[in-house]
Amino acid sequence: MTALELKDVSISIADTGRRLVADLNLKVEAGSVTTIMGPSGSGKSSLLAFIAGHLEPPLRGSGTAICGETEISGLPPELRKIGILFQDDMLFPHLTVGGNLNFGLSATVRGRRERMQRIEAALSRSGLDGFAGRDPASLSGGQRARVALLRTLLSEPRALLLDEPFSKLDATMRDDIRDFVFMQAAEQHIPVLLVTHDEEDARIAMGPVFDISEYARP
Amino acid sequence: MKRRGTQKQAIVVAALLCGGFLLPILAGLWQTVLPAFGYLPAIGATNVNLDAWRNLFSTPGFGTSVGVTVFVGFSATFLALVAAIAFHAHPRVRSWTRFDSLFATPLLASPHAAIAIGLAFLIAPSGWLFRLVSPELSGLSVPPDVTIVNDAAGLALIFGLVVKETPFLILVIGAALNQLPHQFYRASARSLGYGPGAAWVLVVFPQIYPQIRLAVYAVLAFSLSVVDVSVILGPGTPPTIAVQTLRWYSAADSEMLLTASASAVFLTALVIGAILLWWLAERVIVFSSTWLLACGARHHWLNFVAKAHSAFGSVMLLTGGLSLVGLLVWSMTWRWNFPFALPESWSLAIWSRSMGDWSSAFMATLWIAVSSSLASLVAAIAVLETLDRSGRKGMRALTIFIYLPLILPQAAFIFGLHVAFLQSDLAGTMPAVAWSHMLFVFPYIMLALTDPWLALDPRFARAAASLGHTPKQILLHVKLPIMMRPVLTAFAIGFAVSVAQYLPTLVIGEGRIDTLTTEAVALSSGGDRRVIGVFGTLQALLPLVVYIIARTVPAFVFAKKKGMAGARA
Repeated sequence: MTALELKDVSISIADTGRRLVADLNLKVEAGSVTTIMGPSGSGKSSLLAFIAGHLEPPLRGSGTAICGETEISGLPPELRKIGILFQDDMLFPHLTVGGNLNFGLSATVRGRRERMQRIEAALSRSGLDGFAGRDPASLSGGQRARVALLRTLLSEPRALLLDEPFSKLDATMRDDIRDFVFMQAAEQHIPVLLVTHDEEDARIAMGPVFDISEYARP
Repeated sequence: MKRRGTQKQAIVVAALLCGGFLLPILAGLWQTVLPAFGYLPAIGATNVNLDAWRNLFSTPGFGTSVGVTVFVGFSATFLALVAAIAFHAHPRVRSWTRFDSLFATPLLASPHAAIAIGLAFLIAPSGWLFRLVSPELSGLSVPPDVTIVNDAAGLALIFGLVVKETPFLILVIGAALNQLPHQFYRASARSLGYGPGAAWVLVVFPQIYPQIRLAVYAVLAFSLSVVDVSVILGPGTPPTIAVQTLRWYSAADSEMLLTASASAVFLTALVIGAILLWWLAERVIVFSSTWLLACGARHHWLNFVAKAHSAFGSVMLLTGGLSLVGLLVWSMTWRWNFPFALPESWSLAIWSRSMGDWSSAFMATLWIAVSSSLASLVAAIAVLETLDRSGRKGMRALTIFIYLPLILPQAAFIFGLHVAFLQSDLAGTMPAVAWSHMLFVFPYIMLALTDPWLALDPRFARAAASLGHTPKQILLHVKLPIMMRPVLTAFAIGFAVSVAQYLPTLVIGEGRIDTLTTEAVALSSGGDRRVIGVFGTLQALLPLVVYIIARTVPAFVFAKKKGMAGARA
């Protein structure tokens, strides 16, 4: 059972000393979605960046992040095995859809044929049959969002971080993709931490909701 | 009515560009090709034949010349590109802005020749490096008897080119990165288990390469065809093709003009062939990279490679900086015997004693650089403003057009242009030299100004237009003031390009116009190091001072305008 646990996490701006997040403690159980809400600039995204290891100066984080038995906050991002999705899908435009998925697919899956099969299977489970050879630029926003999630999940992350990944999608598509993401994550049985300012997201996630502005201290 | 006015303006600008820019280059090419096949009525040669080519190919050592030229061109470009790529591999370790002000600016602003001379003073057997470690570490009390500068394999030449081209490519890559959310791409790749080196090389770099490709070709073409750096650092007998071409062109025997033309045409073909080969290599790399990615390995070795090369990039920058400092030190030296680490006695006497020589070269350099940059700047603003008014059509054609004189070797059309000039009274005059500089100044000014110009929010102009201002008023009172910083920076870049010109100054000026660069190169073989130091320092300092002024003036003017904070950075 891997849970994602934050202990006394604080994030501050180095030059001014202003604290965006102070002494946050929280535990996300495997298979559940915890939502973090707050106005823009409240440090939601910075918290995810801290967990994934991408926090850039002048922001500075302290405290520990633990995933399962491993303390990940001291590791370089590539060894943390924390998947993250951003507002933009960040599909690599120089690779095909299949190339993007192959880039994500864990290296423990060996052999060209085996890897191709895994990719094809993931695509067809997501209603994207035969998309492996397609250029990401030719996909709709919803299709791209699915591919981005698949790419992350194929890397077998220990936890999934969602940084407002639905905010740029059309209203009609949003429900669809949101269901898809939560379902896939539940299937993988990993903890999910969602950052959003959309109440609807939080309601459908059906997990605990944190308002991050309560954790800010001047 | 307004439409027609815009169209007319577009046609005038296009005609001016073609007439003042494309036509001379084509005419120069044509006047190089004709003599290569024996046709040059000016010296009474009217029989079309292949004698010039026979002369060229039967020249002793010609094969060696070709070999060393190709070796230098590819090695220098490859190493500079690798160093520049590695420099950007660790975005968090290095602060780009700090690098920008400390190393890149002086290195970018200095002419190639100044850095080459400084490097020669640094690495020669009697150079600064040996003096620094002698006699304590090396045990030497006299300079070692080895050939370092002007070595037959062209290693010193490669070194010099890499030192100068690395900061240029770092800058070009940095500009391309600004247009990409590369931090998010890097973060995505690293979350998928790839290290910083792999994230950069496999994910970000392939996306920006198309944008820097032309710049890389320009570096390749330059490395294959450079004259001044090759005279200073390159092999002597046989020299690189470009230097050999200049020797033939300046030979007393006018028959040799035909061989020189054949050699220039040969060099052009060599450059085109090299670019094709480089392009092919790109395909191979793209193909093999899909293979590299296929197995899903995370390629952590790329981190070590990136780190090692990053150190290499730093050494290149440091060497460049030390070369320039060395010029200054030599210029203020009175007595400095081997193996002392620093001059035994300092003095400014050389500066005052050689003032008669450098002041006229200084004034000529200043006059040519200011006039060619100013004219190019006006032309560039005219082109961009016309683009704005005609809905920004034809950008792509313009880009290729701009890069033409940067990718063609200078030797391909400068000699021919001189032949064309001979028919007028203009050859050997300052305006002619300034105009020939414009062929290279204008493209760089366009490169520097186009992106910021197109990035200007069009709503400023629309708001002004709806208040009843004419396009001309809008240009003068809205666009240009807002664009002050990029406009002045573009001028400074153009200025630096002009100061650096060697071959056009020498050939179009017929050796009668002496600039800091032509003088420094002429002195570099066997002159007094202290005097060369004076010329080199002036050569490096003049563009830098202009650049610093260009950056300070907008900051001063807009000191109380918070919205113009960009102008102050």
